[in-house]
Amino acid sequence: MIGFRTLLYKEVLRFWKVATQTITAPIMTAMMYLLIFGQALEGHVKVHGVTYMAFLIPGLVMMSVLQNAFANASSSLIQSKITGNLVFIMLPPLSHWEMFFAYVLAAVVRGLAVGLGVFVVTAWFAHLSFSAPLWIALFAIMSAFVLGTMGLIVGIWAEKFDQLAGFQNFVIVPATFLSGVFYSINSLPPIWQTISHFNPFFYMIDGFRYGFSGQSDVDPWRSLVIVSIFLIVLTAVAMQMLRSGYKLRH
Amino acid sequence: MAAIQISNVQKSYQSAGKPLQALGGVSLAIEEGEFFGLLGPNGAGKTTLISIIAGLNRADAGQVLVQGHDVVRDYRAARSKLGVVPQELVFDPFFTVRETLRLQSGYFGIKNNEAWIDEVMENLDLTNKADANMRALSGGMKRRVLVAQALVHKPPVIILDEPTAGVDVELRQTLWKFIARLNREGHTIVLTTHYLEEAQALCNRVAMLKAGKVVALDTMSALIKRISGSQMKVQLAQGSLPSSLHPLIISADTQAEANSFALRITNYAEVEPILATLRTAGCVIEDLHLQQADLEDVFLQIMSGGNPQ
Repeated sequence: MIGFRTLLYKEVLRFWKVATQTITAPIMTAMMYLLIFGQALEGHVKVHGVTYMAFLIPGLVMMSVLQNAFANASSSLIQSKITGNLVFIMLPPLSHWEMFFAYVLAAVVRGLAVGLGVFVVTAWFAHLSFSAPLWIALFAIMSAFVLGTMGLIVGIWAEKFDQLAGFQNFVIVPATFLSGVFYSINSLPPIWQTISHFNPFFYMIDGFRYGFSGQSDVDPWRSLVIVSIFLIVLTAVAMQMLRSGYKLRH
Repeated sequence: MAAIQISNVQKSYQSAGKPLQALGGVSLAIEEGEFFGLLGPNGAGKTTLISIIAGLNRADAGQVLVQGHDVVRDYRAARSKLGVVPQELVFDPFFTVRETLRLQSGYFGIKNNEAWIDEVMENLDLTNKADANMRALSGGMKRRVLVAQALVHKPPVIILDEPTAGVDVELRQTLWKFIARLNREGHTIVLTTHYLEEAQALCNRVAMLKAGKVVALDTMSALIKRISGSQMKVQLAQGSLPSSLHPLIISADTQAEANSFALRITNYAEVEPILATLRTAGCVIEDLHLQQADLEDVFLQIMSGGNPQ
């Protein structure tokens, strides 16, 4: 357990030492989205019976949680791989589970820290309700866990910064943007609604939003089941990679 | 029980689509308390073998035990017995020297390791850099931290992969003094180095690798003894080397003023007849000295394919 705790501590310290880049910057970005889209659309659009701002804020919070949880695990791993200092993690007797939980939980901490920061600076712009706070916490933590695990997997797989940036730009960013952060998918044409139902991030954001407004595009229990399945499958994949030494222990 | 037991370890890499054999069935046992040298030219497979022992690479076939623990199946026990100084000068730029050593202790499951961390830093002359960021250190200082990181958990088996490559004399001496002390206290040391005089001074037993195979495995003294490599160097002030001595020439320098030859002798009893031959031929000797074979001669002879038996 000391090994796990040390690695978790180191991973948290790593992003904390460069907090301007890892926490403040993404909060700024979310703030920009709020100002631009919120100001442009506020007063014109109501979604789920609430103002556009009140709809948008939970979406932005969740998007920040997801993107930063992914970024933390993946960028830490690729940096350590490329600079070679991953050897300091690979030589000690850390178990596969210790490595897994340390990287993923540090990603959860970063994701939640950024999410909380985004919430604190944006909450002033709308009247938010908290109809089911437990669902808020549950979806935030589980989704950060899923994205942290995804970051771990991609961080192990990628051999160059390009590959990681490619995954981030062509998978993570579009999938989060198109998951219903900025709109309710019920406002989309039927074909796009169907496609959105195959996007796992949609369920994360929809379930999270349910915790605030009590309204969602799909039943939150269904979202919970789908997010749980993703969590289990990705955990199994990541653990198998660590166990087999895929790309780490040739 | 051997400190490290290597049995028929094989490893190939894919290189440009073709499999490249890095290790072709290496077997050797390194006993507890030994100061063991693993020598060979670049690309002989030394680092691959060390990586397999450390669990950084996986063997295609064969088995490695560290103090009886299989490095794959029982990896946690094996790794806790092992301290490895990697060849590459790597560091984590986010931390200071002390933070780096505390973290490394934690990874090995050790809390409150300050006393030992201080002692290691003291012995490696790192104390006044304890709170410096890793980025701010010179190459030599980073190398010391790398050694310190390998020692945080007082590993019974210590592997140093070319720890003195590109390192100044002072650090070499500091390092060897400390490592020799650890060896006296019972730690097993495995060393790879390109400085053969260093290996000769430190190691009591040596394995030589060539193209992924062990080509020599013996104690240092036996290895040096079994090559008939002593030399007699003569410089002539007058006359030329009689033709009967030509078969003994290892090297000759007959340019300009120099008129010197290195002759191969198997034992010192051969010295007198050679001198007699020179005298008879009317040569005047200006300078003469005898040179013992050293590890470098053995190494060159073995690597050039000669059978050292």
